[in-house]
Amino acid sequence: MAWIATVPFFAYTFLFLFLPAGSVLLGAFRSVHGGYTFSNIRLMFDHPYIDAYKTSIEVSLVTALLGGLVGLAIAYAALREGTPGWVRSGITTFSGVAANFGGIPLAFAFIATLGPLGVATVFLKKQLHLDLYGHNFTLFNKTGVEIVYFYFQLPLMILVISPAVDGLKKEWREASANLGGSSWQFWRYIGLPVLMPSILGAIILLFGNAFAAYATAYSLTSGTVNLVPILIGAYYTGNVLNNPHIAQALAFGMFVVLAVMMMAYIPLQRRAARWAK
Amino acid sequence: MAYLELQNLHREFAGGVKALDGIEVQLGQGEFLSLLGPSGCGKTTALRLVAGFDRPDEGRIVIDGKDITNVAPSKRDMGMVFQAYSLFPNMTAAQNVEFGLKIRGKNKGERSGRVGELLELVGLAHAGDRYPHQLSGGMQQRVALARALAIEPRVLLLDEPLSALDAKVRVQLREEIRRIQLELGITTLYVTHDQEEALAVSDHVAVMYRGRIEQIGPPAEMYSRPATPFVAEFIGTMNRLEATVADPTSGTVEHGGVTLTVEAARGRTKGDRILVLIRPETVELAPENGSNPANTLSGEVIAQTFLGPVTRLKVVGPGTDLIADVSTAKAATLPIGMKVTAALPVTDARVLELSDEAIEIAEEPAPAGR
Amino acid sequence: MKARRGMAPTAYFWLLIGGVYFFIPLLATFLFSLKKNSTGNCCTAASYTWVIHNGDFWHTLKISLLLALETVVVSLIIFVPTIYWVHLKLPRLRPVVAFLALIPFVVPPIVMVVGLLAVYKGTPSWFYAQPWGFLVAAYVILAFPYMFFSLDAGFRSIDVHTLTEASQSLGASWPTTLVKVILPNIRAAALAASFLTLAIVMGEFTIANLAAFQTFPRFLQYVNESQAYPAAALTLMSFALTWGAMLSLLLVGRKRGTRAAVLTGAR
Repeated sequence: MAWIATVPFFAYTFLFLFLPAGSVLLGAFRSVHGGYTFSNIRLMFDHPYIDAYKTSIEVSLVTALLGGLVGLAIAYAALREGTPGWVRSGITTFSGVAANFGGIPLAFAFIATLGPLGVATVFLKKQLHLDLYGHNFTLFNKTGVEIVYFYFQLPLMILVISPAVDGLKKEWREASANLGGSSWQFWRYIGLPVLMPSILGAIILLFGNAFAAYATAYSLTSGTVNLVPILIGAYYTGNVLNNPHIAQALAFGMFVVLAVMMMAYIPLQRRAARWAK
Repeated sequence: MAYLELQNLHREFAGGVKALDGIEVQLGQGEFLSLLGPSGCGKTTALRLVAGFDRPDEGRIVIDGKDITNVAPSKRDMGMVFQAYSLFPNMTAAQNVEFGLKIRGKNKGERSGRVGELLELVGLAHAGDRYPHQLSGGMQQRVALARALAIEPRVLLLDEPLSALDAKVRVQLREEIRRIQLELGITTLYVTHDQEEALAVSDHVAVMYRGRIEQIGPPAEMYSRPATPFVAEFIGTMNRLEATVADPTSGTVEHGGVTLTVEAARGRTKGDRILVLIRPETVELAPENGSNPANTLSGEVIAQTFLGPVTRLKVVGPGTDLIADVSTAKAATLPIGMKVTAALPVTDARVLELSDEAIEIAEEPAPAGR
Repeated sequence: MKARRGMAPTAYFWLLIGGVYFFIPLLATFLFSLKKNSTGNCCTAASYTWVIHNGDFWHTLKISLLLALETVVVSLIIFVPTIYWVHLKLPRLRPVVAFLALIPFVVPPIVMVVGLLAVYKGTPSWFYAQPWGFLVAAYVILAFPYMFFSLDAGFRSIDVHTLTEASQSLGASWPTTLVKVILPNIRAAALAASFLTLAIVMGEFTIANLAAFQTFPRFLQYVNESQAYPAAALTLMSFALTWGAMLSLLLVGRKRGTRAAVLTGAR
């Protein structure tokens, strides 16, 4: 009977997690006339919806891979032998903060930097005679979103990969050198193979993080960039779509992508834990 | 000429900690030298300097006549066995062993031949396909040894390789390491804090303390003729008697009101304060029976510690505080409470200057080497 | 690898690049916030005074803070006893709960709000139309994974069984044991989880936007759309707030090493 005490918890998650999620998943298959249909789902493969998925996946992949690799380099630089302790804790602290610096404030910070009147834009134009906007650059498209997303993807990677990097025993590096291996050989034969499950897991996490993001892209582009979350939001904020089931179908599509991602993530985590001993 | 020389090595760390204060070592080819000392004495620092993971502030490291002080660790042609965790976790035992050969570009046939040889040498011929997490601590260290030897290094370096292992495995493995070392004739530098281990396997032992070498010599010499109070304390157990020289010609000294003859006190100045060092196994105990033989102290047995074949008795009395090791059989005849006489050896006792440092060392808690 | 003293050159390079990239937008925002409305040049504190004198700023800030507080309280009330109970009596349920804690990653706010708006449309307005009802209900779910990882780590670091048995053998009832014995011992984890939740709620935009509630992030967005220079000032102030929360979290978490999840976001 001990499980009775957990009823409030399960009731709560049922009411506010499963029920809404379920309604979305089911609603994707309903039609405005009542009854069930696949037409909403089929619509997902048409323009502009399929483009939204493509753009979302591309943005997420790019920021996940780039954020992943650069984040790994920075995490290793911060945690390796020779780096003073204050740098190490400074990076961790700052990453904790920067990973949370997202959404509305972040979008504006980049507008202030790389927007048409942004500080960096003006500096490049006046001092280096490089006219970004004259060369067809704009912050308010897919590329701009990628640049801005990078700002929280990078620290997220640092935070997530730091425990694994910490787990790289310095004895491995020393043993490799002692046996004649160069830096590159160490990474190729030992460092990267050992870290790979963690790196892949982290990149998957970053992918999901970018894929599900809404606020930043919305604020940056005023909802004009064609990403799946933005499209979903458009139904509720702009009455652009008048079929709620389409929004639900969009959400269903997101759920599928994210679920596939999770299924790849869990075994990778287990693999990574095996070598953490 | 020495094969491996450490010349006047100095190394100071941030905060003014002087880890090495002028270390001098000459190691002949094929010799096994242990650096022995408590934690913080600098032995691991010295080893890491030889391996190339650190650079000395002053001094040189010379191998076979060549100065390698500034050579990168990957170019020094030495094999190192670390204390723990050094096997590459993503490779099998065999892959770990062949790593050095792979780096050197040996082809697959050569590699597998040599790997097989080495795994055989360390007794793990059947375990080549296992991953480190599937091997016991002792087996991991054997693989580490095989891996270090695979590249046929000029020098073998071992950094407390047995510290992380169980006691029984430690004894087994240290004998194997010595056996392999003798078979291959490889010059070896071994770091440990366990004095029993060092004495058991080495050709020479260097006892280190606070960044300096207190004494270097063959194990027997270190044991029976310690040159400094620290070495005397660190190696084995020692009785320490504070005494004053009474008659330098006959070698009599005065201790706690009793006159004792100590051969080693001859030639000193009358009135000198000295420390007489006596090993417990050289103390002869007998039940007190009224007679007062020469060179004895009297007291009462207040404790017995069973050590297996030998039992350690603590004998205490006015002016007497001794440890005596007797055979367990004999110890049964000297129960707690019995009044006994302790006969002290005339020639087997060592004598050292009594200095403040001697007292200070004697009062430090016993190092882990016991 | 060389026997080098101090930092590797590649380390310098990467840390420098990282540092520069992160610092520039903050610097740019700061410079922006000092511009005069009239000339578009430096330097004035007018933007900051505008913010401080703006009624909506205080109003929405207060609402968001209260929402955060309510979310923290409700979350603790639901999750602490549950996780305690699971650790004490139902260890086999723990993987189930841990798995549930991963679900919000698969059902992100943008998806969740769609479902919430549909399911609870017919509920009484004191719930559906009030942030204290609808929003908090959603925010507790958002906070759940971070609450779980933090509290779970906290419970794992103490000996739940021994503490409980000791307390009961001395005559304490369940509520007393929970409040007087268990809670103080997971204080660090609970505080860490609370600061995380605070950061989440203070930055949450998606659900608030789609459900049309007037929270602080929505005010930020409104200013972004209407007043550039005050928006910069507001951005920095909001960043300072997040920073404050995270620093408190790290200071508190250092005691028990709950690095657990410093991962959240208003994305």
